[in-house]
Amino acid sequence: MSHLLLWIIIGVAAVVLATATVGLVRVRRGRALEATRRDALAPPEPRAVEAPPSDAAAEARAATAPPAPAGVPEAPPAPVEAPTPSLATRLGAARSLFDRVRALRGRRTVGDEDLAAVEEALLRADVGTATTAAVLEAITAQARADGLGDDGVPGALRRELLGLLGPPPAPLTTKVEADRVAVWLVVGVNGVGKTTTIGKLANAEVAQHPVLLAAADTFRAAAADQLATWAARVGCELVRADEGADPGAVVHDALHRARSRSIPLVLADTAGRLHNKQSLLEELKKVRRVADRDPGQVAEVLLVLDATTGQNAIAQAREFSDAVGVTGIVLTKLDGTARGGVVLAVQRELGIPVRLVGVGEHLDDLVAFDPEAFVDALLGE
Amino acid sequence: MFDALASRLDRISTSLRNRGRISQRDLDEALGEIRAALLDADVELSVVTSFLDGIRSRCELEELSKSLTPGQQVVRAVNDELVRVLGDEPLKVTYASRPPTVVLLAGLQGAGKTTAAAKLATWFKAQGRSPLLVAADLQRPAAVEQLRVLGGQAGVPVFTRATDPVDVAVGGVEEAARVGRDVCIVDTAGRLSIDEALMTEVRTISARTSPHYTFLVIDAMTGQDAVQTAKRFHDALDLDGVIVTKLDGDARGGVALSVRTVVGRPIVFASVGERLADLDLFYPDRMASRILGMGDVMTLIDQAERTMDADVVQSTTERMLGGTFTLDDFLSQLSQVRRMGSLGGLMRLMPGMNREMRDAADQLDDREVDRIEAIVRSMTPRERTDPAIVDGSRRQRIATGSGTTVAQVNQLLRQFKEMQRMMRGMASGAMPEMPGMGGMRGRLARAAAQRMDPSALPPQLASLAGPSAVPGALPPPRPSTGRGGKKKKGGRVTPPKHR
Repeated sequence: MSHLLLWIIIGVAAVVLATATVGLVRVRRGRALEATRRDALAPPEPRAVEAPPSDAAAEARAATAPPAPAGVPEAPPAPVEAPTPSLATRLGAARSLFDRVRALRGRRTVGDEDLAAVEEALLRADVGTATTAAVLEAITAQARADGLGDDGVPGALRRELLGLLGPPPAPLTTKVEADRVAVWLVVGVNGVGKTTTIGKLANAEVAQHPVLLAAADTFRAAAADQLATWAARVGCELVRADEGADPGAVVHDALHRARSRSIPLVLADTAGRLHNKQSLLEELKKVRRVADRDPGQVAEVLLVLDATTGQNAIAQAREFSDAVGVTGIVLTKLDGTARGGVVLAVQRELGIPVRLVGVGEHLDDLVAFDPEAFVDALLGE
Repeated sequence: MFDALASRLDRISTSLRNRGRISQRDLDEALGEIRAALLDADVELSVVTSFLDGIRSRCELEELSKSLTPGQQVVRAVNDELVRVLGDEPLKVTYASRPPTVVLLAGLQGAGKTTAAAKLATWFKAQGRSPLLVAADLQRPAAVEQLRVLGGQAGVPVFTRATDPVDVAVGGVEEAARVGRDVCIVDTAGRLSIDEALMTEVRTISARTSPHYTFLVIDAMTGQDAVQTAKRFHDALDLDGVIVTKLDGDARGGVALSVRTVVGRPIVFASVGERLADLDLFYPDRMASRILGMGDVMTLIDQAERTMDADVVQSTTERMLGGTFTLDDFLSQLSQVRRMGSLGGLMRLMPGMNREMRDAADQLDDREVDRIEAIVRSMTPRERTDPAIVDGSRRQRIATGSGTTVAQVNQLLRQFKEMQRMMRGMASGAMPEMPGMGGMRGRLARAAAQRMDPSALPPQLASLAGPSAVPGALPPPRPSTGRGGKKKKGGRVTPPKHR
């Protein structure tokens, strides 16, 4: 501890000196603060978890049961999805990345070339080095132990990926204590599709019961207008405030309006925020506390992840989950060319499941997450 | 992540050193570590492969064998090459002889085009231009409204129509010419690169408005797919440059290298926040550092600038260097620094850290920092100014008040005294340097000197920036860029295309 103390003092001094050295002599660029938000310093990307030795597959399977939202008993399913074509069909634009892998079908052993082909395919899909290594390790171990099945490497790979993802997730729940209004809080970094997702969610829910939207993004220019457009399209009410108002206050008002109008579900939009900004995460924690206070109760916290995101998605999932407890991921923009493979790493390292997938900008472009269809699309089946 | 590459390479370095001769296999092992680091940074797979092939052919085994730290040498070679590639052929923004200069923004949904458009308008305005914003995103609900509000904040007019995006874009350019605005920035809707209809639409916009600059706006956190997207947009629009957004996040930003390599166009701007002023010129060295997971100290400085009170920092620094830095100063600085985030995280971003500091940064639990803060707060102002008066009974009181032990209080006072001694030594110039700080100070001073007038540096630091850091002298050339010239702010020699 003794040296540590010294380093702390040095560390503080270092930062101050650094600021002084460069900051003081820099010609001030006349940056006025337009908002009251302060950005926190970016901490470095957290270390990826090293692949655990050989029993990765078993451990991963054991860890994939989606966590139940806190304080909410298991509920009878309240289906979110409207009847839609299969995920693979919706992703028809996807091209196969895995022709080389498919060509390996029928081989019972695993050679270096096979591993290279699998590694390349997984890395290109943004699965990441750690999870890719774990998958390769598991396939190799299986081949050594029991040999591969008739479907060779591709079959083993498919099973391994499905094992990581676990069973199809439970539908979103609105079950809360009697007399409370259920809240689905939608969070994520900037530009991932939170507001559009809320529009789609509202559209799916409004068929069963009234829904109220809370425009708790009070930072972004015209954010409330954007959500208002969705509310009008769906045919549900909206609670909003002026720009710069306290987001917690919007949620509070929404809860009371929902209670007085007997609306059982509030969908709360929040401002996009980068997960490395401490003060913004603190603000979000506060919003969650308000949402969880009578008459509200948080039933789901949905983290929206953009399928084009690379390894940073893991840091996003970790930080948001630490802050407000994420119950599931909505993976958006999967109708593009990105494969979204990073969710495999998120599931493996953090145990956070994908619940829904966004496949377009229209109201019905939201489907339940189907692990088999996802893996098939990933593997280009 | 900062530690991962550096300490892995340290280990390789040690074993390489012990063996005395570097073989091709040793080099491959080091490059393997770097491959993993680049992939973790989201650099595209083929780009990683070709990039490392280039490094491999550049690394001389003979040279490496002579070095005490061959692992670090390799990293340095990689860093230098990254800087070179990222900064190669920077774009010089020049203006059309017949105004307006048209700037077209394109990209995927959510990349940050609308925010970037407003920021560009602010930037052009600061350059003395009179821009017009054209809201041609009629797809996203309230996108036009968003641009209107941002335009209002920027003091820039916004043009739109309730027709179709092509008509709006064309109309906007005509309007700019009509009212004498000399820059016209066209914001378009986000679109998938595989959406035939929408790609045709943006091609049409481009054909009908003949932009002088077409920029792809891409998110710094984009993964492997960036290359697909960039290629398709480039094929469709013949891009002039790229704007990377959301660099205030902690994404490593490998997309910058991927897109630069595959599209062959420079990265023009870096968007680093949600406020209109948060648009920087692109600094290749910061990006290289970030991609390699080695931190981004200049961003740290930026953040620190924004969070810390400049006057307090100035007076504190003067006191530090003058040897009159007190526990009071320490306390006020500590709380300012903590506002920026975790101290461990901050320390990791500092360059020039040695092994022990990095290990300490890793172990740094903010609870310990809490404890230190508590101890100092339990002292009276007089005790903080003059710790010599803190006798046994006072120590007991402080310990009790802060929930710590007398031993811990003793330790703090002892270490702080040690620190004051070091600072006085540093101020007098006759260093033993603070362990680990020497390299950093020099580097920072050099960085400072390159960006601004070196004569403005405090004298104790000016000497560190090297002999060229004298009033009136040019900043020293940066050999690592390979361009042989001085480092310019965002550079510029390529004339824009005129159609």
